[in-house]
Amino acid sequence: MKTAEITDIRDRYERSNRNKLTVLAVSAAVMAMLGIFFVTIGVTDTNIVQVAKAVAAWAGGSLDTGTSAQNAAYKIIVLMRLPRVVLAVIAGIGLSVSGVAMQSVTRNPLVSPFTMGISSASAFGASMCIVFGSGMFFKSELGIISCAFASAVVCITIVYAISTKAGMGPETVVLTGIALNYFFSALTSTIEFFAQEHKLAAVVQWTFGTFNGTVWRDVLFSGVFVIICSTVIMVHFIKLNAMASGDDELVKSLGVNPQKIRAVMCLLSVFMTAAVISFTGVIGFVGLVAPHIARILVGNDHKFLIPFSAVTGSLLLMVSDVVGKTILSPVSIPVGIVVSFLGVPLFINLIVKGKRGNLS
Amino acid sequence: MSLKVENISFGYTPEREILSNISFEVGLGKTLFLLGPNGTGKTTLLKCINHVLKPNSGRVLINEEDVAGFSPAVRAKKIGYVPQYNNNVFPMNVIDTVMLGRAAFVGYKMRSLDKDIVFDVIDRLELGSFAFKNINEMSGGERQRVFIARALAQEPELIILDEPTSSLDLKNQMFTLKLVTELAQSKNIGVVLSVHDMNLTSLFADKVIILKESRIYACGKPADTLTEKNIREVYGVDTSVTLEEGYTHVRLKKV
Repeated sequence: MKTAEITDIRDRYERSNRNKLTVLAVSAAVMAMLGIFFVTIGVTDTNIVQVAKAVAAWAGGSLDTGTSAQNAAYKIIVLMRLPRVVLAVIAGIGLSVSGVAMQSVTRNPLVSPFTMGISSASAFGASMCIVFGSGMFFKSELGIISCAFASAVVCITIVYAISTKAGMGPETVVLTGIALNYFFSALTSTIEFFAQEHKLAAVVQWTFGTFNGTVWRDVLFSGVFVIICSTVIMVHFIKLNAMASGDDELVKSLGVNPQKIRAVMCLLSVFMTAAVISFTGVIGFVGLVAPHIARILVGNDHKFLIPFSAVTGSLLLMVSDVVGKTILSPVSIPVGIVVSFLGVPLFINLIVKGKRGNLS
Repeated sequence: MSLKVENISFGYTPEREILSNISFEVGLGKTLFLLGPNGTGKTTLLKCINHVLKPNSGRVLINEEDVAGFSPAVRAKKIGYVPQYNNNVFPMNVIDTVMLGRAAFVGYKMRSLDKDIVFDVIDRLELGSFAFKNINEMSGGERQRVFIARALAQEPELIILDEPTSSLDLKNQMFTLKLVTELAQSKNIGVVLSVHDMNLTSLFADKVIILKESRIYACGKPADTLTEKNIREVYGVDTSVTLEEGYTHVRLKKV
């Protein structure tokens, strides 16, 4: 026979979950509205009506008709600004969800997607292509993207192989990742050391991390990876709760295979990260800090932690990109730099004032 | 439920066995207390029963079924485990922690049935007033109850507890052991736990095993195993053991 008290507690629990979902829906709506607003901001400001008209023209296939001035404005909106904002959202989701999953399966709050060495591996691949690339393909932007992604995949494979051999423990995964991070950094530094000056500048530029020059192809490729990997991670939220709750022996006793979940989550996280940073360059910090901001807001239940991290990361990157784009306009400061300048004070403020699970 | 442990041996290296040829049985609704000095393999034995550690040889049978043949999920449905507490880096509140007991039963969604079980356990263990509290902000006794609740949410046939009273005050030690022994009887589940306190053991245990140097030194009822001779031989400590109100009472003698 249940006591009245426990019925009240269950009602309160369900209400709290519904409240979190409402906040999540509102945040996503705000993010969408902000995204549309940010499309209007640029060297030449436009307005929301123009954005709507441009999208309608694009959807109707009439982007190439009409007056040339209007066409140019529409093309800027649809082919340059819109993919940039959408990629910011996708990158925010990808990097933050990766961060949550990596932190939970390693039970380490200092871990980010880049702890696996992915950023330095991608930078190595990109720098190889920029410095030594020859032929049409390797001199193209697509060549650099492909090399960055391929190099990240090599890094993932090495981390996975070594970690599997060493038992796939949380420390093994982190330490192997850190070791490879240093290894690929050393390789990149070696290439930079011997590179010609103009190529060195291109390598350094790549590592800044930016949404400049984003096209729909980038959005499509990263988007497919991010949506698939994030969905699979989200579906496993109960197992991630178990992984984060105690050591591997406890996790096993709860009926979850810790080595398997750790391997799957790490692979999904790093593939998703690689698919993003191959196009954008290295955008650090957000993968570390967005999960922690979400933890402060909604606590450590992955059912809410994962979507809130995704929204937090996306908002951080969207706002940072628009600040970077406008603050010294027409010079666009890379989002990888701005996100740290904006995110650090916000994060420290939350650490000082915040209490975990504020929305509970 | 019946638990049969048959000739279990375990060692991290072939040269050094931590458990050597351990065999015993626990019946329906009974509690078995494991005693022994530090490093004699109590925790290792508990982990071998649960197959968190795979024994080098021997078998563990639950209702005549070999635990080695179970998948992790099936094992979790039969055996609940309450480990010694380590501070959690990513702590959750009490409800979400107890929900983890249903991890082996659910796919991507907590069903209404799972929530019924979780809230029923929370109610039964009187955790309602802490339900939304972060487990890292709770006292040792409260937290121990949460972990027992998590194990009970697995609806197991056997519960294993690793030193459940080690960091608790006297009242909470009594409360915890009373809780698990009553649960064993009322739900007909087997309980195996490790402790150090012999007076608590005599109050609550149906059966006692004393481990010494990786082997079973004594096995039986509290009155038969908690003797001055056994305690001296195993711990090297002189005691005075008397029978008071039907329970064995162990007093330490000053060296």
